[in-house]
Amino acid sequence: MSETIGPKPNVLIVDDELQLRRLLRACLEGEGYNVEEAATGQEGITHAAQHPPDLIVLDLGLPDMDGVTVLRRLREWSHVPVVVLSVRDREEDKVAALDSGADDYVTKPFGAGELLARLRVAQRHTISTAENPVFRLGDLEVDLTARTVKRKGQDIKLTVTEYSLLRLFVQHAGKVLTHAQILKEVWGPTYVDQTHYLRVYIAHLREKLENDPGKPRLITTEPGVGYRLSAPA
Amino acid sequence: MTDPERPNPDVLLAALQKEEQRQTRGKLKVFFGMAPGVGKTYAMLEAARREIAAGRQVTIGYLQTHGRKETDALAEGLPSIPRLTVEYRGMTLSEMDLDAILARRPSLVLVDEFAHTNAPGMRHPKRYQDVLELLDAGIDVFTTLNVQHVESRAESVRQITGATIRETIPDTALDGAEFELVDLPPEELRARLAAGKVYIPDSAQAAQSNFFRPGNLSALREIALRFAAEHVGHDVLAYRQAQGIADPWKSGQRLLVGLSSSPTSASLLRWARRLASELQAPWLAVYVELPRPLSGPEQERLNRHVALARELGAQVIHTTDDDVTRAILRVAREQNATQIIVGKPTGWRAIEMIRGGSLLNRLIRESGNIDIHAVRAEGEAPMLRTPPPLQFTPAMAKSYGIALAVVAGVTGVNVLLQRWTGYQTLALVYLLSVVMLAMFVARGPTLLAATLTAFVWDFLFVPPVFTFRIESSTDLLFFLTYFVIALAMGQLAARLRAQQAAERRREQHATAMYLLTRELAQATDFADLLAISIREVGKAAQAEVALSMPDEFQGGSLTPYFASTWALSEKEQSVAAWAYRHRQPAGRSTDTLPSAEGVHLPLIAAERTVGILSVKPHGGAQLASGDRDLLEAFVRQIAIVIDRQRLRDAEQRAKMVEESERLSKTLLNSISHEIRTPIAAINTAASALSAARNSPAATPPWKMIDEIQEATRRLNILVGNLLNMTRLETGHVKPKLDWCDVADLVQVTVKDIEKDLARHPVSAEIEPGLPLVRMDFVLMQQVLTNLLFNAAVHTPPGTSVKLEAHANNNALELVVSDNGPGLPTEALPYIFDKFYRAPSAPAGGTGLGLAIVKGFVEAQGGNVKAENQPTGGAKFTILLPLFKPPPVNAEPAL
Repeated sequence: MSETIGPKPNVLIVDDELQLRRLLRACLEGEGYNVEEAATGQEGITHAAQHPPDLIVLDLGLPDMDGVTVLRRLREWSHVPVVVLSVRDREEDKVAALDSGADDYVTKPFGAGELLARLRVAQRHTISTAENPVFRLGDLEVDLTARTVKRKGQDIKLTVTEYSLLRLFVQHAGKVLTHAQILKEVWGPTYVDQTHYLRVYIAHLREKLENDPGKPRLITTEPGVGYRLSAPA
Repeated sequence: MTDPERPNPDVLLAALQKEEQRQTRGKLKVFFGMAPGVGKTYAMLEAARREIAAGRQVTIGYLQTHGRKETDALAEGLPSIPRLTVEYRGMTLSEMDLDAILARRPSLVLVDEFAHTNAPGMRHPKRYQDVLELLDAGIDVFTTLNVQHVESRAESVRQITGATIRETIPDTALDGAEFELVDLPPEELRARLAAGKVYIPDSAQAAQSNFFRPGNLSALREIALRFAAEHVGHDVLAYRQAQGIADPWKSGQRLLVGLSSSPTSASLLRWARRLASELQAPWLAVYVELPRPLSGPEQERLNRHVALARELGAQVIHTTDDDVTRAILRVAREQNATQIIVGKPTGWRAIEMIRGGSLLNRLIRESGNIDIHAVRAEGEAPMLRTPPPLQFTPAMAKSYGIALAVVAGVTGVNVLLQRWTGYQTLALVYLLSVVMLAMFVARGPTLLAATLTAFVWDFLFVPPVFTFRIESSTDLLFFLTYFVIALAMGQLAARLRAQQAAERRREQHATAMYLLTRELAQATDFADLLAISIREVGKAAQAEVALSMPDEFQGGSLTPYFASTWALSEKEQSVAAWAYRHRQPAGRSTDTLPSAEGVHLPLIAAERTVGILSVKPHGGAQLASGDRDLLEAFVRQIAIVIDRQRLRDAEQRAKMVEESERLSKTLLNSISHEIRTPIAAINTAASALSAARNSPAATPPWKMIDEIQEATRRLNILVGNLLNMTRLETGHVKPKLDWCDVADLVQVTVKDIEKDLARHPVSAEIEPGLPLVRMDFVLMQQVLTNLLFNAAVHTPPGTSVKLEAHANNNALELVVSDNGPGLPTEALPYIFDKFYRAPSAPAGGTGLGLAIVKGFVEAQGGNVKAENQPTGGAKFTILLPLFKPPPVNAEPAL
């Protein structure tokens, strides 16, 4: 990891499966992380309180309590980035975790590369929120201070809502945003269930920003969960 | 034509069944004698001693030694069951303890006096019924019996000795019994009698001298010998039939005997049974229900006779007609009877002449080729048709009151009328009133009115008035004619009404039967069936009804169905249980526990007892013979329907079990294959990698790693499919319907499986401007993924797959098609069944993919179909309903 500077980041793995913890430890230590483990939710919370980690990998299926509960408890006092490990067929769990403050999720079974990329995004997000007024992704260039959007150097006209939507994505680049989160941020809390607005505006945005709107590369769909703006390389 | 030398298979089968029954059932041995005192009990005890010597467990159930020393000595030391003492009207009676014997279950039990009548309140009225129950329980029984107590011989004995026999047993109770004749020459018996060695009850002292006359004894001995010989003959006959020896009787006879409430009917029945037995012929007893309703005692006597006929082995037929002769001949022809047995007429010839000739004369004239036996039948009491004792019910009082009122009223009218008309015309007015009256009231009041009006007319209007005297011969003639006409009119009208009532009753029965059948046919399930049965029987029999069935969950004990209208008391339940165990009616107006409140009828269908129908007429009334017949018809019908429903249920259960067995087998087969293959791949690859660790010179193991990844992907898909299927099966698929962009759905799906479908180019065609569709994005992604995978698996590499989406009327049409070999035609109907795999399907795959497609699509209110394209290749079409999405306001650009 060339990007990280200073001491090794501490990662806390909260998972009840010994084998998975062992595997994660091997992967992460190889990438320069300092790994701590907790087998239960309670153990995880205690550990996080006593030795605040830089990153938490949290499994949703824990023996003593639900992962989402662990997350809510953590969020009462900590903004530590949390990446959730979940099983594919429970989209509603993922959404619940994200809405409860998880930074991202990785579906089991997962590839090591995918997990590491997500961890990097979650970690960087906390580092780079304030500075970096100009966002670049492929041919796209968004200047949040000047409120301009360019594709291949060309100005793109966006409506107010389209721009708010894009700004939200840029602010959370690389991170998945749930339908509810987006609707609440862009349209307001009363629009949380009005998914059709989101569908229409996402289609508009793709139309204006993507090179091939039929095969979007910038804004990708997370089925049943939400959308994600790809992270800059 | 059948070969007469070959044994008839049916006969052989019957013999086998009889043999089987014999093996499970206890054996009955009867020590049979001509009269009391021949030494039956002694012989029985001797035989019992021999059995004990042979090592058998013998118990005395009931023994009556009458204090004779030799007999007592012989009985000493034998284990015996204590008798039950019963208090009855201040007398202490001791009876055999049936339940104690059943509980002890000895292998052989001695039961003296087969024909004994039990004290009231015992389970059975007669001891022979106790014995039958013991035999049913598999216990062998030794018993004693005198010939005079055999039903079919009782009449002969009475005629010979003049002694009335009260305790008789039906001949059928002796079927299959072994006979040991205890014989003693009459002189020796008389000698024993003289020596006081024969016990005669005090009450019979007077009759004894008559009974034991040498001539009588010889005759009794003859009857006993013949009866015993006849029973041996039965066995010989059965043997001969089974062995194919030509039937020496070849009688082909069928007897028919008239059955009525007349007291002479019983002896007629016994006579018929004797004849039938001698002829080896089946016999029918026919009861003709006349329009005239029976009185209480008559009804009771009729029920008794019907029961007697059944006991004697007759098939009882019930018919309704107003002409006995016609009815008997009709039934005789229907049933192919060859001989008819009727009683010799003893009534007033004159009345019979009026009725169109005596029964016998008409029978002889109209019977054609059927033989007629006229038998001198004697009643228990020598009287004809006992007039019913006058019971004065309020309804009767009312109709007599009406009759009197009408007479008084019409007399008043006549007093007024006589100023204008002659007194003879007034008789016509009276006649009119009598006829009118007959239409509304019963025969009694009508006849009263007819008689009264005749005399009132005579007294008040016929000169000389205020006397009963009639002077002119015209008046006398007029009076007599009036009297006869009024009586006849009254009689005719009453008969007409009775006939109508009978007709109505018949009609009601037919209607009830029809309704029952119809209602039962409409029952949707078992519970419904039972409820309908209870309701219909209750309506038809005017009774409270309970239906009890063996409860599978309580060890098969009989449990009343909750919807029963009669809550069975514990006692009634035990009666029902008895009826169930013994497959015989029990309770009121039957031979078993007649003191019960209602009658309990077994529901027997196809040799199985499915339950018990218990019926208690409202207000404790007696069941009329017609009602009883209807009830029996109901019971048969209900039993058949219940049994059929049971079979249907069982069949369905068996089918379900079979289906689930097939499924779990397929599941195990395919799952074990599907899981083990990738595991094997992972294992092999991992062990290869492990080996490479020790020899770093080996080629880089990328291939192995690829294999592991491929295997885990495959496992993951399998687990996903299994989870989805489980969710579908357990009803946990609750689609989250949301407005979705079809283009997005298609692109996400295709992108996700691009790698897996590398060898099958996928092209997507989406109609531009498609509206948003309400669907569950995740489920639909799975649906499309499964369809695309399916196409990839079943077509050769290089086959292109097309995914199209367009609006079609009010539906979204999603089409996944390929230009591969297409679907096998025979597979089309089953293609969406879970675990179904087309015969030509390549290895791998669980047969779950398409089942999940169907389940998910239908969960969202859509449907899916599979077909082959005319141009070749398979085509799957999904239709989802299209709704108008809510508007999204456009807004200007910045």
